[in-house]
Amino acid sequence: MDVLQVTVLVLVAAGALLVVRTRDRFRLVLVLSVYGMLLAILFFVFQAPDVTLSELTVGAIALPLILLLTIAKVRKPE
Amino acid sequence: MQVFPFLVVAWIVIVGLYGVITSRDLIHQIVCLIVVQSSTYVLLLGVGYVTGGAAPYLFDISAHAKTVDPVVQALALTDVVVEAAVTALLLSFAVQAHKRFGTLDPHELVSLKG
Amino acid sequence: MTPRQRLWLFALGAAGLVACYLWAFAGLPGFGNYPGPYGPAIMSRVIAQTNATGAVSAINFEYRGFDTVGEEFILFTAAAGMSVVLRRLRGEREGQSSPAPEAASRERPATSSSVRVVSLLLVGPTAVIGWWLATHAQTNPSGGFQGGVILATAFFLVYLSGEFIVFRRLRPDAVLDVAEAVGAGGFAAVGVTALALSLPYLYNYLPLGTIPGAVSSSGTIALISFLVGIEVAAAFVLIIGELLDQTLLRRGVHGEGSS
Repeated sequence: MDVLQVTVLVLVAAGALLVVRTRDRFRLVLVLSVYGMLLAILFFVFQAPDVTLSELTVGAIALPLILLLTIAKVRKPE
Repeated sequence: MQVFPFLVVAWIVIVGLYGVITSRDLIHQIVCLIVVQSSTYVLLLGVGYVTGGAAPYLFDISAHAKTVDPVVQALALTDVVVEAAVTALLLSFAVQAHKRFGTLDPHELVSLKG
Repeated sequence: MTPRQRLWLFALGAAGLVACYLWAFAGLPGFGNYPGPYGPAIMSRVIAQTNATGAVSAINFEYRGFDTVGEEFILFTAAAGMSVVLRRLRGEREGQSSPAPEAASRERPATSSSVRVVSLLLVGPTAVIGWWLATHAQTNPSGGFQGGVILATAFFLVYLSGEFIVFRRLRPDAVLDVAEAVGAGGFAAVGVTALALSLPYLYNYLPLGTIPGAVSSSGTIALISFLVGIEVAAAFVLIIGELLDQTLLRRGVHGEGSS
């Protein structure tokens, strides 16, 4: 286990904590996207390019998109 | 150091569950479920890793070179895409709940009304 | 039960869960010491048996193709379930929701032209990349699942670059439903055809080609990956379209998107 893997693992753990502690909805979407990118980097460092592609397209783009549409829908009209 | 990724997996699960339990917003709860699910991907890839192994694609390495395990990668790959669709289904439930009850607070959505 | 009591109960349960996890991880062979015979066994045989150089896709669509059929049907059911859950309930007609007057009077900032131009320019390359990924499963780190999601993103770029009405015209629901059904049913049909040829379900019966890793090699793997790409793209466009439609319904202002 080299330094790069340990660093990315620590970043992923911190990212998970950050996602859980964010309460504002719009900020949650952005933090989730960053967490997805961190996970994709972790999978890349673990020698899995296929899973990296999947996580990047889904976890960093499609899932925050769906979340954003849902938040826009349940927003109270100001 | 041999067991550090697995400790991170346990940490992510506990943190995600803590978020689900102390959440006051249905959307935040669903996002914490996503976090819990992402721990399984890290676990799968951590189990199959071989130190000094290459990615399991054979167009420029021989078939007997040291590679990481491809089976767990195949499992994690389909899992990632399917999770997004199931989360979208959960979010549509949240939308319907908001339409019916006007609130997204799980502490107030206690009883099921027809 | 007050929140503090709930938190203490969670702490107790979490302690038990962590203890079980640590006990389980102590029995694992350590990070980086994967001993199992399955991985090297597949890697040494994959080119001889399937002529595919992408071992992960070969596993997904041939060695463990049955699992992939199941996962694809989960995707199919989730998209269908969303259509059912978000259906128009009785008494909720388009244009009748109460926020309509306030929404009509609210000023919406127009989409900036840089966003529109860039998304318009990116639609073509994104579609090509998605298509390329979906059809090259046997050679690269790619496959039907990733290619399908990128194709769906290309559709959404059309929405970003134009009006919602154009997006609606470009995604007629009938075509999407047919596309998703063709994708999911096609995968199952490829497997059933193997049964008709008196081979096991999902056996690789198409000619395997001569060059390992060429696009036309590896038999049914390429075909299945292509069908999976269509299905995943259709499912994701349906999912996003359902959510966008819902916003139109609730705001009640015809012709404006959710921006």
